[in-house]
Amino acid sequence: MPATQHLITVTVENKPGVLARIASMFARRDFNIHSLAVGPTEDPLRSRVTMVVDGPEMEQIIKQLYKLVHTIKVTEHAPGEAVEREIMLVRVNADPKRRSEILDAANIFDASAVDVGANTITFEVVGEPSRLSDFLEFMKTYGIVSLVKSGRIALAKDSKSQSRKQKQSA
Amino acid sequence: MPEQLSGAAILIRSLEHEDVDLIFGVPGGAILKAYDELHSSPIRHVLARHEQGGGHMASGYAHVTGRVGVTFATSGPGATNLITPLADAYMDSIPVVAVTAQVASKSIGLDAFQESHTWGISMPVTKHNYLVTDIDEIPTTIREAFHVAATGRPGPVLVDITKDALADSMAWHGPAEIDLPGYKPSVKGHPRQVKAAMDAILSSERPVLYAGGGVVRAGASEELRTFAEQQNLPVVTTLMARGAIPDSHDLTLGMSGMHGNYTATTAIQRADLLVTVGARFDDRVTGNPDYFAPYAKVIHIDVDPAEIGKIRQADIPIVGDAKAVLDQLLAEGAERLGHDQAPERADWMQTIATWQRDFPLAYDQDPDGLIQQQYVIDELSKRTDENTIAVAGVGQHQMWASQFWRFEKPNRWVNSGGLGTMGYAVPAAVGAQAGMPDSTVIAIDGDGCFQMTFQELITAAEENIPVKIAVLNNANLGMVRQWQKMFYNDRYSATELSHSNPNIPMLAEAMGCAGFRAETPGEVIPTIEKGLAVNDRPVVMEFVCDPDAMVFPMVIAGGSNDEVLMGPEDL
Repeated sequence: MPATQHLITVTVENKPGVLARIASMFARRDFNIHSLAVGPTEDPLRSRVTMVVDGPEMEQIIKQLYKLVHTIKVTEHAPGEAVEREIMLVRVNADPKRRSEILDAANIFDASAVDVGANTITFEVVGEPSRLSDFLEFMKTYGIVSLVKSGRIALAKDSKSQSRKQKQSA
Repeated sequence: MPEQLSGAAILIRSLEHEDVDLIFGVPGGAILKAYDELHSSPIRHVLARHEQGGGHMASGYAHVTGRVGVTFATSGPGATNLITPLADAYMDSIPVVAVTAQVASKSIGLDAFQESHTWGISMPVTKHNYLVTDIDEIPTTIREAFHVAATGRPGPVLVDITKDALADSMAWHGPAEIDLPGYKPSVKGHPRQVKAAMDAILSSERPVLYAGGGVVRAGASEELRTFAEQQNLPVVTTLMARGAIPDSHDLTLGMSGMHGNYTATTAIQRADLLVTVGARFDDRVTGNPDYFAPYAKVIHIDVDPAEIGKIRQADIPIVGDAKAVLDQLLAEGAERLGHDQAPERADWMQTIATWQRDFPLAYDQDPDGLIQQQYVIDELSKRTDENTIAVAGVGQHQMWASQFWRFEKPNRWVNSGGLGTMGYAVPAAVGAQAGMPDSTVIAIDGDGCFQMTFQELITAAEENIPVKIAVLNNANLGMVRQWQKMFYNDRYSATELSHSNPNIPMLAEAMGCAGFRAETPGEVIPTIEKGLAVNDRPVVMEFVCDPDAMVFPMVIAGGSNDEVLMGPEDL
């Protein structure tokens, strides 16, 4: 992750439109979202938004997130302090002559072939973001036909979370 | 057995439980059911001529009463016309609740007649907003809307309710309980920060207390004055804070910034400490922030944590309500001072007094020349008491009002600061007068602003809301013209109104108001006296003013506050 990117978890009330509020605030304040994943949590009344955000103004981003009435908690994860996962589907050129070579390589990355065509193989890779980018780098030599990636999800490692205890609203 | 009520009836009951006494609005198709219920409610409805007017009325009402202003509009264009007043109230932290109706929930998204995506459109200009599609949600939503609008940093909240939710019925159990786990505004400041602030204040040689609109919104004027006196702190007030401390007070320096007075602007530039309370380092105050208050350590007290560090890094941030934190500082100050007096800071006070003597705010009224706008404002202010509410639109007249009106009390100055909404004055004055029927309300307006919203004087006449409007008619969009003169080589592109301006007294009479005009300096005082004597209907006093008058002092936009232009000779 480039040094200007930060990983944050935003716990919000599970209400309609809460993602639109976050997106609208980011647009209005000229903040940049690099990746985004939203989903349910252990508590049906709450959702968790995991974001990778760009830019140096983290303090403002966190404060502005807290200003949203439906934001309950914002946690910034320092590198290594959270378990981070992404999922990727990538279709690579696979000439029948090189197919076994590609499958061997994929094996090293724990990538599973989920679709095989006449001249392509589609892999699913799940794991830490760095593993996904390493795999992608490796597959570039064969030629990437198409690629889709989920937003990153993260959970603070037990008792290591650097929660910003500054919950205040205005 | 609880009563079975319609959603509309529950809406009106909920508003009654919030002690709403006035609603400013315009009806329409989708909101008909709510208006039908309002017809038999004790709540007074003021029928605006345009939803924008209704929204600004709610804001004017909130400014002077300190209560939440309420405005109603129908779906589609009714709601979109409310966007400007919502944005205006958001910038100036004015508590307003807007209730709009939406097309029936099954029609949402189908481009139905008078459908607009009100929730989405209003989101970036409100503190919070709601789309209610189910009657069940009405009581909770109204309770939440008032709570969010009035607490913490106040602001506008919009509640959009579908036609079917208003029409359905259910059992009414009274006002709802609310639970907002993500909304807990801080009130008290952190005690350690309060101590740190007091250390900085006691050791400061050149402090300035920089007070913003947050002081007025928090009702903290008394605390501000007492604290300034306890610590012997000169006080600069922003545009929104005029009246937070009396102008007649020895410690008051007045307004700083782009059109602030020399002393207030320069005191901040030389200060070694800024005690910032409820102010947000707006660009009209700071000029280029890189050159703003270069020697000052900054204490920043604000109820909104996001304001702290947004523009200027704070050395001592304190998150909390202005009134509560000033109370804490007063207690801390009293304890620390014991029987001692606050530091005298004689050199600093002497320097300030010298600036005040050498660079006062002044104007020249040639008795045989054109009427100077400042003269009109000065005479209006002299002829009214300190309880008079002054209202302004946006532009030159607003800046002169901030300079030459004598502000002695809080909540008696109503203007559009952050958004700079031309046309604000007439409807805001109507709302202020409706909220404070026993006060004199005088709007100082420009001819450009006046022509944006004067139709609300019809509302005022019909509703017996006897506002007084002083139109400083320079037959131009004066502030834009001033910039054209200063920065665009006197090329007056699209700023002259002279050929097309209406006959303002005749227009006033046609709307059911009294209309007067002064064309020479000698007619100014008699016109003011005539205008002040009419109290049974709204009054419009037109003053035909100098089109070339310019607002000074001035700091050029983006420039350094060290370079204050005192007049055209400094250009």
